[in-house]
Amino acid sequence: MIKIKELSKVYLTPSQKITALDNVSLTVEKGEIFGIIGLSGAGKSTLIRCINMLEKPTMGSIVVDGQEITSLAKRELRTARQKIGMIFQHFNLLSSRTVFANVMFPLEIAKVPRPEAARRARELLELVGLADKEGAFPSQLSGGQKQRVGIARALANGPKLLLSDEATSALDPQTTRSILKLLRDINRKFNLTILLITHDMNVIKEICDRVAVIDNSHIVEVGEVLKVFASPSSPTARSFVNTVISREVPAELLHRSQVQNEQTHVKLIRVSFIGPSAGAPVISSMIRQFDIEANILYGNVDRIKDTPFGNLALELIGPPGVLQESMDYLRSRGLEIEVLNNA
Amino acid sequence: MLDAWLLDKLLFATWETIYMVLTSTVLSYLFGLPLGVILVITAKGHIMERIGINRVLGWVINATRSVPFIIFLILLIPLTRLIAGTYIGTVASIVPLTLAAIPFVARMVETSLKEIEWGLIEAALSMGASTWTIISQVLLPEAKPSLILGVAITTINLVGYSAMAGIVGGGGLGTLAYYYGYQRYENSIMWATVIVLIILVQGVQMLGDNLAGKVAKKRR
Ligand SMILES: Nc1ncnc2c1ncn2[C@@H]1O[C@H](COP(=O)(O)OP(=O)(O)OP(=O)(O)O)[C@@H](O)[C@H]1O
Ligand SMILES: [Mg+2]
Repeated sequence: MIKIKELSKVYLTPSQKITALDNVSLTVEKGEIFGIIGLSGAGKSTLIRCINMLEKPTMGSIVVDGQEITSLAKRELRTARQKIGMIFQHFNLLSSRTVFANVMFPLEIAKVPRPEAARRARELLELVGLADKEGAFPSQLSGGQKQRVGIARALANGPKLLLSDEATSALDPQTTRSILKLLRDINRKFNLTILLITHDMNVIKEICDRVAVIDNSHIVEVGEVLKVFASPSSPTARSFVNTVISREVPAELLHRSQVQNEQTHVKLIRVSFIGPSAGAPVISSMIRQFDIEANILYGNVDRIKDTPFGNLALELIGPPGVLQESMDYLRSRGLEIEVLNNA
Repeated sequence: MLDAWLLDKLLFATWETIYMVLTSTVLSYLFGLPLGVILVITAKGHIMERIGINRVLGWVINATRSVPFIIFLILLIPLTRLIAGTYIGTVASIVPLTLAAIPFVARMVETSLKEIEWGLIEAALSMGASTWTIISQVLLPEAKPSLILGVAITTINLVGYSAMAGIVGGGGLGTLAYYYGYQRYENSIMWATVIVLIILVQGVQMLGDNLAGKVAKKRR
């Protein structure tokens, strides 16, 4: 649905050159919810705004649904934009228009005949659960309701792609969850591709299929959300994952001696597992099979979308060779192992 | 005291002032509103960035605004003659009043439109709106309460300017005050015009506040 190739964006300010995006390449598949996460100033907004050309790329190519966006003439770009919905952190509803008229606006732009447009606007307000608010003005709505209007408006022209620039960042956690659920429903109902940016890993965890981590104008990691949660490979991704699930082992445990004596070593490992196969049975069978001692130091099981996802820190005590074998055993059963007290 | 004859004069002069002020307000918006819009949208980073046009326009507006109205009035006599056929009387006054108000209106409109959050414009752009659609559906409607207040301020300014034009033969309350009050020492006429001017200005301001308030309240 979106193919970004070697995209760069440099802002020229009177005093300096700011590279907001440096040679970014990314592919978003049709029908997926793709999240981009990064710290403030990483370049997220710049990236998403390049996709509908609110920001003109300095270099690179962006193909949306087979169409090279960066080389469109003005008129063609306007037509293309009608098929790319966008929602915003601060909603950006017109205060001069009622809820209904706000949803009508994109339809007026697309010159949809009035009766057809009105029917469509009402349908969408129904979909986002605001049918009873069509005569209200935006200032009479709560943040969550405003974002629902924003979503209805973004869907008005039946877009193939929805861009979301921190759409839940101004909302409380509960409202955030309800808006994310709405986005998920819409994604399923219309097979709509959603590209969202956020600095909140909970948003990624809640609804994204894949995630890209952007750091300092570069994409440092891309992958399935489950995969990234289970084994983040970049420091930035790791620290984002840690904001949502605690993976860190207390420091004092890390400093415990690895060697009790020649025959008995201590290994501190982290075991991550994904999916219903779960980790616990595998670990108990490991203990039965190998003559070692295993202490669970901490553990948690969480859900990412609908898949259980767990993290355990284990202390394995036994002869070095057997420890190695038992870890190989865990790996062979599909668990991710990370040794934490490697010298 | 005011006799019937003078009262008649006063009423007629008031009517002349209202006529001059309203006509030049309408005419100055006819030109000033588009200029104000152009001033906004051709600015750097805006929806129709044209730095050159923007600079020239800004410069011309500033230059015109720096000329005191009374001098402007005299400078414009040839042009006024050309347009109105004469340079005295109510109709002739409309020319300098309008021309002096246009740059003022352009700046008032610019200020109102600049208050609009950029996010709204961006949202419209993201929907594929054209420049014209953004002007007519976003900029002007969103700025409506502020634009209405601008009209009130412009009108009030024009009331003052029209009195000045009156002194050099422009008609209306200014002329009345000058002939009867200043040249013939009829203080009562002088005070009567002052009171009428105060009522006019108050009336316009109240009307403006009221209308702007109504529009804003509907959206609240
Ligand atoms: N119009 C602009 N002119 C100059 N520099 C800009 C402009 N917009 C963004 N930048 C710079 O580009 C970099 C990336 O900004 P961007 O807004 O994309 O970050 P972000 O990841 O969205 O951050 P946040 O989470 O704070 O919204 C920043 O250093 C920012 O200062
Ligand atoms: Mg941003």
